[in-house]
Formats: sequence, C-alpha cells, structure tokens
Amino acid sequence: MVAWTDFERATIKDIFSKIDYEVVGPAAISRCLIVYPWTQRYFAGFGNLYNAAAITSNPKVAAHGKVVMQGLEKAVKNMDNIKATFTELSTLHSEKLQVDPDNFMLLGDCLAIVVASQLGKDFSPEVHAAFQKFLAVVVSSLRRQYY
Amino acid sequence: MRSDNAEAERDNTSAERSTSTRCFLQAATMLSKREKDLIKEIWERLTPVAAEIGADALLRMFASYPGTKTYFSHLDISPNSSHLLAHGKKIVLAIAEGAQDISQLTVTLAPLQTLHAYQLRIDPRNFKLLSHSMLVSLACYLGDEFTPVAHAAMDKYLSAFAAVLAEKYR
Repeated sequence: MVAWTDFERATIKDIFSKIDYEVVGPAAISRCLIVYPWTQRYFAGFGNLYNAAAITSNPKVAAHGKVVMQGLEKAVKNMDNIKATFTELSTLHSEKLQVDPDNFMLLGDCLAIVVASQLGKDFSPEVHAAFQKFLAVVVSSLRRQYY
Repeated sequence: MRSDNAEAERDNTSAERSTSTRCFLQAATMLSKREKDLIKEIWERLTPVAAEIGADALLRMFASYPGTKTYFSHLDISPNSSHLLAHGKKIVLAIAEGAQDISQLTVTLAPLQTLHAYQLRIDPRNFKLLSHSMLVSLACYLGDEFTPVAHAAMDKYLSAFAAVLAEKYR
C-alpha cells in the first residue's frame, strides 16, 4: 500500500479540484501525440493526426483526453487503493489495446507540464513532486496486469 | 581544462565519433529551422533570469527524484541558497549557449563532456530527470506560450544536449 502524507493527499485533491478536465485532458493527450509522435500508433482510428494543428483540433483526441481525466479522477477518489481501482484498465491496456507500458509515463510527463502551465507559480516544487508521485503510482498500477 | 588539449581531443575523436552521438546530432539537425529559431529565442529570453529558472528546475528535480540529491552533498541546495542559484545559473547559461548554434553542440560542449565523464560521473539516466524538470519550469514560467510545438522542440534539444554530454563516458 502506498503511504501518502497529509500534504500529498491534500495536494492531489486540490490540484484536481482546480484544473478544468475539459481543457487539461485534451491538452495532455494532444501534447503527447505531438511531442512523442510514435504514440500515435495507438490512435490510428482517430483520423487526421498529420500535424500539431490537426491533433490539437481533432475531436476524437479531445474526447479521449476527457476519458483519461475521468479515469484519473477514480484514482483521486481511491488514493488508498489505486492498484485495485485500475485492475480492469490495466488488463484492457495490456490485452486489448496492447499499449507498451513504457508509454504511460510519456503521457504522465505531458500531464505534469499542462498542469504546470495552468497553475504557474502555484505548482511549486513540493506540489509538483506530490503530483509526480501520484502519476508514478497510477503508472505502476496500469503496468500490474501485464505479463 | 586547457584549450589546446580540448582541440587535440576534438581532432582525435572526430573520426571515431560514436554512433549514439551521430544519431543524436542527426536528431538535433532533425530540428527544423523554425524549431531551432524558437529554441534560441526562448533561451535568449530566459538568460536574464537564468539563476531563477535553473534553481527552480534543480529544486523540482530534487523534490521529485530524491536520488539526484546524492550528487550535491558538497553544496547547500536549500531553496534560495546562493549555491543553488549559482549552480542553476551555470546550467541554464550552458544550455542557452548551446542553443546559439545547435549544429555545433559537440564543439561547444567539449569541456563539459570531459567534466561530466571524468570528474562528475553523473549517471546519464539523471539527465532525463533534469530535462523533464526543466520543461516543467519552462511551463510554469511561460504558461500558454510554452506551446506543444515549443515543448516538442525543447524536448528534442534537451535530449540532444544530454546525449552529447554523455558522449565521452565510454
């Protein structure tokens, strides 16, 4: 079980209460597809991903960004058992979607950068570190069902 | 590091440049002219606040990746310490200098390559951690101006920078 300090718990809940899922989710996914273009391999059915402008305005990308945020919200609501919360999602990513789990942190890093530009100075090194820890736990849980 | 030694080393090693450096120099030249101009412009803008940005990136790295602190036992790395600000400034100014002419990275970084390989011997996996922390600092400082295109260009540049820095390790 992950040991969260009071600061970390409060910080994660605070971040997720402040950010706009409709903005952050789509921005993080599109950044991932732009900065790490090989991740586009998993989104062949999404239509036009030809350049940054196309990706940023692609409605399927935006919709998927919101799906990701909803998934993360489940983890925020169950911080003491993120492992169990993501068992099904982990199996899905491993067996059906066949996503290389090394890619999970690429999206995580993009999420950190989007949240950073939203929160500016409020995203202090300590707040940032709590967020990275949260992302690491989420990524680890998503990796668990791979074999 | 005497400059004549650096020159001799450059002549000797240019013929046997490793595959990884060749690949990353190709990656650096995979930066379009627009990307190179963008990178150069951003670092020129940040040079006046080099200490602030550098210290911020270091603090983020130490907080998120505590193992990185092991390389700094000889410095006071508490927030706002003069050591932290001086060191942060050094790092940002080196990155900014490289950005002036990305095609010459191996030449510009030759002394730093030797320093990191023979004296500091920082595990190169840590370079990625500082690069990510630096990108977050840029995002906080530049906000919306740190567009996906700028982010992609900067990520590529910092990867190339790190690869060149590690070239003399083995």
